[in-house]
Amino acid sequence: MQDLLYFLQQLINGLTIGSTYALIAIGYTMVYGIIGMINFAHGEIYMIGAYTALIAITGLAALGIAWLPLILIVALVCAMIVSSSMGWAVERVAYRPVRGRHRLIPLISAIGMSIFLQNYVHLAQGSRNIGFPALIEGGFRFGSADSFQTSISYMQITIFITTLICMTLLSLFISRSRIGRACRAVSQDLGMASLLGIDTNRIISATFVIGAALAAVAGLLLGMYYGSIDPLFGFIAGLKAFTAAVLGGIGSIPGAMLGGLILGVAESMTSGYLSGEYKDVVSFGLLILILLFKPTGLLGKPEVEKI
Amino acid sequence: MLEVQNLSMRFGGLLAVDQVSLDVQEHEIVSIIGPNGAGKTTVFNCMSGFYKPTGGKILFEGNEVQGKPDFRISRLGMVRTFQHVRLFNRMTVVENLLVAQHRHLNTNLISGLLKTPGYRERERKSLDRASYWLDRVGLLDLANRDAGNLAYGQQRRLEIARCMVTEPKLLMLDEPAAGLNPAETRDLNLLIVSLKEDYNVSVVLIEHDMSLVMDISDRINVINQGRPLASGTPDEIRHNDDVIKAYLGEA
Repeated sequence: MQDLLYFLQQLINGLTIGSTYALIAIGYTMVYGIIGMINFAHGEIYMIGAYTALIAITGLAALGIAWLPLILIVALVCAMIVSSSMGWAVERVAYRPVRGRHRLIPLISAIGMSIFLQNYVHLAQGSRNIGFPALIEGGFRFGSADSFQTSISYMQITIFITTLICMTLLSLFISRSRIGRACRAVSQDLGMASLLGIDTNRIISATFVIGAALAAVAGLLLGMYYGSIDPLFGFIAGLKAFTAAVLGGIGSIPGAMLGGLILGVAESMTSGYLSGEYKDVVSFGLLILILLFKPTGLLGKPEVEKI
Repeated sequence: MLEVQNLSMRFGGLLAVDQVSLDVQEHEIVSIIGPNGAGKTTVFNCMSGFYKPTGGKILFEGNEVQGKPDFRISRLGMVRTFQHVRLFNRMTVVENLLVAQHRHLNTNLISGLLKTPGYRERERKSLDRASYWLDRVGLLDLANRDAGNLAYGQQRRLEIARCMVTEPKLLMLDEPAAGLNPAETRDLNLLIVSLKEDYNVSVVLIEHDMSLVMDISDRINVINQGRPLASGTPDEIRHNDDVIKAYLGEA
């Protein structure tokens, strides 16, 4: 019984982290699906989302507003707006001018963008950890009081539910809406979509903006979950989410969701049964294995050479 | 309605198209023929905004369009197909037609999210237009299949339907009969003529199937090695000595 509860606890922790990885991974996978590039500044966009949310929360507290739903919604909306504009700007500055050149060039300009944003936040916000108010406290406990108890906090539940809502909205958007339809068309054949009168630049911008907005949601959630943020906060999360996207099959949106969850669970199982220090070893080991044995990822389609 | 004047396209040291001129009037089917590698598709690529021509002018309804981005040219009403089928294979047949009407559904994100009456009305209209054209090319039963799973001849017809839902004034078809069997070619022939007769679309056609070209063209332009060789009605071309030489070699 004890073992089962312990396992359950690791599973809950893993799914919590995994769902935020999935939210960030969507941004990588959508951009890759459309222009075949990895957006290396995506982790920084997520970090900026977290900082914006913190600034909004602090600002509301200074105004004396204490009603929790209002605080959360304002923080979320601010983070999404700022991150989306960042995502849009990254595409305009680092991708569009060099589109159609050799693949390495946008890669390097995106890395430059990432370094710039990281250092900008260093300067503007200082390089120390800043505490992030928990806002949502408490939770449920299972199991008898004298042995191991599985706990699931309200924060974790919030993360699940928010992720679920975002994923559902995104899926509906991609499958039903006009712009979603155009996104799918552009990802399958950019040239043809353009010939049919679709303004592909707008669609490409839209994917950067959508990815960035989801990363901002993850930024707010993980900021509250971890309780502190720093300017390097985006780097490792970005790397993990990238791993999740590759694991699930880069370019595939359901793949990014699945990859995020698998990666999160694998990490928390490692921390729970082996040692916390090994969790990065396991997650990047998983990446290497996938790249060796199934380079297209779990749900990815085999790359067909375009004629 | 379309006038190509002294079009040239140079790729480094290769002059692929040299001083080609042609014109298309309203309600007309004009063919471009010539041996393989003559530069026919390059002319198309310049006209549709795929390439930026290195010389000459392309006037569509009096406006210069050379070098404009392809989506702007197609919004003016010039749409094209390719030698090989380029459908969105992982979208359904009807979605292929809906996405082609993207620009006609000129709505913003907000009205799409709120599903305003205007938005619904436009969506319904585009669905009506899509099903009309699916019926017209005989694919209505297959509307919810993935386009990639259709037979080759069906994919060809779907491509033409996809062009037609954008309500073009000028249709540019690059070897539409390639790979079709004789019966399918005959259907295609009837379809192209009907586009001209019933929908008032002008057609520019690149084709190797001479019976198709001679049957339906109002005028024919012959290109050889990037240069214009002859132009005229099918009868004139059939009896033109230069053309016979280019195709069959010197006797």
